[in-house]
Order: sequence, then C-alpha cells, then structure tokens
Amino acid sequence: MAEKVLMKGNEAIAEAAILAGCRHYFGYPITPQTEIAAYMAKKMPKIGGTFLQAESEVAAINMVYGVASTGMRVMTSSSSPGISLKSEGLSYLAGADLPALVVNVQRGGPGLGGIQPSQSDYFQATRGGGHGDYHMIVLAPASVQEMASLTVKGFELADKYRMTSMILADGTMGQMMEPVSLDFEASQTVEKPWATTGTKMSRPHNIVNSLFLQPDELEKYNFERYERYKRIEETEAMCEEYMMDDAEICVAAFGIAARVSKNAVDEARKMGIKVGLIRPITVWPFPKAAFAKAADKVKAFISVELSMGQMIEDVKLATSCKKPVFLCNRAGGMIPAPEQVLASIKEAAEIGGAN
Amino acid sequence: MVVFDKPHALTDAPMHYCPGCTHGIVHRLVAEVIDELGIEGKTIGVAPVGCSVMAYNYFACDMIEAAHGRAPAVATGVKRADPENHIVFTYQGDGDLASIGMAETVHAAARNENITIIFINNAIYGMTGGQMAPTSLPGQVTQTSPYGRDVKQCGFPIRVCEMLSELDGPEYLERVTVNNVKNIRQAKKAIKKAFQNQIDGKGFSLIEVLSSCPTNWGMTPKAALEWIDERMIPYYPLGVYKDRSAQEAQDK
Repeated sequence: MAEKVLMKGNEAIAEAAILAGCRHYFGYPITPQTEIAAYMAKKMPKIGGTFLQAESEVAAINMVYGVASTGMRVMTSSSSPGISLKSEGLSYLAGADLPALVVNVQRGGPGLGGIQPSQSDYFQATRGGGHGDYHMIVLAPASVQEMASLTVKGFELADKYRMTSMILADGTMGQMMEPVSLDFEASQTVEKPWATTGTKMSRPHNIVNSLFLQPDELEKYNFERYERYKRIEETEAMCEEYMMDDAEICVAAFGIAARVSKNAVDEARKMGIKVGLIRPITVWPFPKAAFAKAADKVKAFISVELSMGQMIEDVKLATSCKKPVFLCNRAGGMIPAPEQVLASIKEAAEIGGAN
Repeated sequence: MVVFDKPHALTDAPMHYCPGCTHGIVHRLVAEVIDELGIEGKTIGVAPVGCSVMAYNYFACDMIEAAHGRAPAVATGVKRADPENHIVFTYQGDGDLASIGMAETVHAAARNENITIIFINNAIYGMTGGQMAPTSLPGQVTQTSPYGRDVKQCGFPIRVCEMLSELDGPEYLERVTVNNVKNIRQAKKAIKKAFQNQIDGKGFSLIEVLSSCPTNWGMTPKAALEWIDERMIPYYPLGVYKDRSAQEAQDK
C-alpha cells in the first residue's frame, strides 16, 4: 500500500485531476470549494498547465468547452449557485458530445442559500440541470479517498462516453481532512479524432456543434445519445452494500449522509435490528439493480438525505414502489445526526413489521 | 496572370445569407487572409449564435459552434489548450458580442487574450428577425423598437471599439466597413493585421465591421450600403482605436 497523505477533500480532487493528466482548470471563487482553485493556481503554472480565474461561472464553463473541443482533459469546479450558472454550458457540452469534469461541492439552497453542506442539487445533477434531453455521469464521493479516486474515474468515463462527469460532493467532503493514497494506475486515455485541433491540411475540417435545424437529424442524435446512456446504465452503476445480506430494513444514502447512516446502522445492529445500507457511488446511473434486488428482501427503505427528499424518488422508481420508502432528512445546510437516522430505522422497523 | 478564385479556406457549401448581406464579403476576406498567411491547418474558428452561427459550414478550417455570447470564453479555452499551435478567431454579431456576451468580450480584451475577433455590427438582430440591438441607432425602427429606439426608455447604442480602447489589455482595435471597394480593401488589411498580431503573439485584436442587413432594415441592398455611409459611420466613425505596438514604438 502506498504512502498516505493527509489532505482536504477539495485538495484531493485537485491533485487527483493533475495526476489524471488534466492541465487546464477554469474557475470562479465560491465557498465551499475555493481550495480547488487555490490549489490549481499554485500547481498549474509549475507544470506547464493553465489556471485561469474566469470572469464568471458562465465564462469558466465555456472555457472548459473550448479546451474540451480540442480533446484535452479539462475541468472546472463550483458550488450550487455557480453550477446553476454553468448549466447552460453543461447543456452545450452534452449537445456537442464533449468530455469534461465538473465538480459541485454542494451548499444549501435555493437562491444564495447558505455555505453549509447540502445534497439539494441531486435533481439538478441527475436530471441534467440545463435544457434538453441529456445526462451527466454523476459520482458521489463519501471520503477524501473517493474525492481523489472518483476524480480520476470521472475523467476516464468522460473520455470513454464523450460526456460530462460530475463530482457531486458536499461542503463536508470538500472541507474535511483524511489520509488519502494518490498512487493511481496510469489513467486510461482514448483517441479523439473528432477534436478541433487544426486540420494540418491533412483531413476534412472537424466541427464541434450542437445545432441541428433538421428535426429528424436532431432526433437521431438524441436517440444515439440515449443508446449510449443505456449502455452506461447497464455497465457503470456503482454502489457499496453494507450489511445487506440479511437486512430487513435498507437505508439508502450517499456522500456524508452515508457516513452518518453507517454509524446508525451499526448502532441498530447492536439493538438487534436487521438493517443494512446501500450507498450509491454513482447517482447517475443510479444503482437500480441493487435496489431492485433489495426490494424483494427488505420490508422498508429509508432515504437519508441532506435535502427535502430528492434521491427518494429514484429509490421508489428502482424498487417499483414495492416497499414503503421513508425519508430521514435535514436541509438548508444541516446534517442528520446518527441518532436521527437510528430513530428512523427503529420507526421503520416497527411500521415495516421487521424483527 | 491573376486568376480570381474562391479562397481555399472557404468550403463549397452554399451560404444561407440573405441577398445583399455583407456576411459573404467578410467571410471571404477572413478566408483570403487565412490563405495568404498559410494558417488554415492550424486555425480554429468559433462562431456563436446569430446569423453566422452556421459559419462552421463555410470555413474549411476546424470550427466550433458556441453558446450565445460565449465565443471569447470558448476561444480562450481553445487558445490556451495549445497556444503555440492554435490560431483562433471568433466571428460574432452585435447582439452576441455587445449584449449577451459583453462580459466575455471585455474580459478577453482585458486579459489581452491572444485571439482575433471579427465583430459584425449591423445594428440589428438578424437571425431572430430584426430586433433592437445594443448598437441600433437612436430612433432606429426595429421589431422591438417599433416607434424608433427611444434612448430615454432603452438607453444608448454602445461603441465597442471606443469602450474597449479605454482598457490597458487589448493590442489592436479597428472599425472598418465593407460598403464599397475602397472600404473592403481597408477591411481586409485590418483583418490581416488582426491575424498577424496573433501569429506574432501580440494579443487581443478586434475588428469591428459595419455591415448591412437589407432584409431587416427593409431596404434594397444598394440603399442599405448607402445607409452605412449616411447613418452608421457618423455614429460609429471608422479608424484605428488602439494599436499598442505602434503606440509603444512611437513612444520610444
């Protein structure tokens, strides 16, 4: 095992991105993710890369669009209100089939909201955020180690499927420090013959574009994109299952909510309640199969979220509403305590008829 | 013997522009300059929303279509991806550059981003059917200023070259037009300088081209070209608004 270093989650993302071969970063200051920009500002000039503080989130995502058009790995990071501003660009990246990595270290909303951790951009992330039919690959780290490893994975998936990967973190993940290993395999890269890097007078011109005025042509591209999405849903969904073998209650949670929930599951187990946890690592594609399987075994689900209940809809869809799904949540920047989750588990055990 | 031919940097695709529109002339000038500088193989053009959104069909170099107003940001990314090997130009209209994309324009200029901007100022939104632009003249009748542009209600037109010339950043700013042969020759000279500046690493060059829109102005092509002389040039005087290298040489 390689040496571990103590890092903040935001810094782990930045360092992992550099290790993955990203040499272009564009951003705009916003709490609680500014450490990513600060890290890049320090590092990029030393390694021949580009750090540029853009005039706005809108400009930053379009600078990303420019670099992505040339086929190079590129990223931006922001927090919730800034991601709303980037959403136009996210739609264009999808429409032009460009790979990029976008980090959202979520804070409470709506509006200017607050600066404390939140998961209330789940809908925005998993449903696309901008206009039109599209998805992003959305990765939800629950440790500083995953902040790093999912960043590398995000670049690889973005290249592989020519689409945006989003790291959907939260203020806790961004700010907390943990030991992390940065000993990654050499990141996989792919050929990009579509990139606009100049014809060198040796090929017809490449065009990066999302405009198709003929509806049948535009429809064709939408159908092709959704074929790709289907393949991703079949092959790239990731989750962690914890104590699910004999579970009668299933807690669903990602990110910081999953860490809190794990404590609550351990406590409930001590009380003899058969409860387990499914932690989605990809929230799009949602790990439907794991939930569908669980729906045939458990008596109830509890979705633990730092929002008014967004992932709960995916849990209901994945389980075809076969079993009751309860919500255990805090919002606005508050984090559920393990005791709150434990209370929900006990309640579900009674209502769901467990034990 | 001089043979009049289509520039290599233009494709054979028939252009969609209206009869009498000067986009065709400006496209040709840009393509001639690309040919003459021998840079087609390393040039990447960025055309955002507006009448020229489909410029990617007409230029033979690599092309990128961008979101409305965002071309300078996209061009910044393309340039910075490989500054040594990418020649990057944007081709933008007045609504795009001076309204929705003003922030991107000003900041690319302030950074002296080493790109070339071709700015088509025809004082109207063409693609959407003739609405008031940030450069529409006082009193100008458009679909969204049907009683004439009332400066008390919706403000004054923006003189982009003059405004940007106040910044320390930009290398070169010139306003030209293409309404007669003499002006076309000057416009080509300006466009060539704007590309040469980029090749020489001098930085941000913007050429504003006063253009006609006979369709949305409701004029014949000939009357539209005359309107540039009579109405536009008095408000938007032609000339060089900034040439930092020349100024620095003079100051020495």
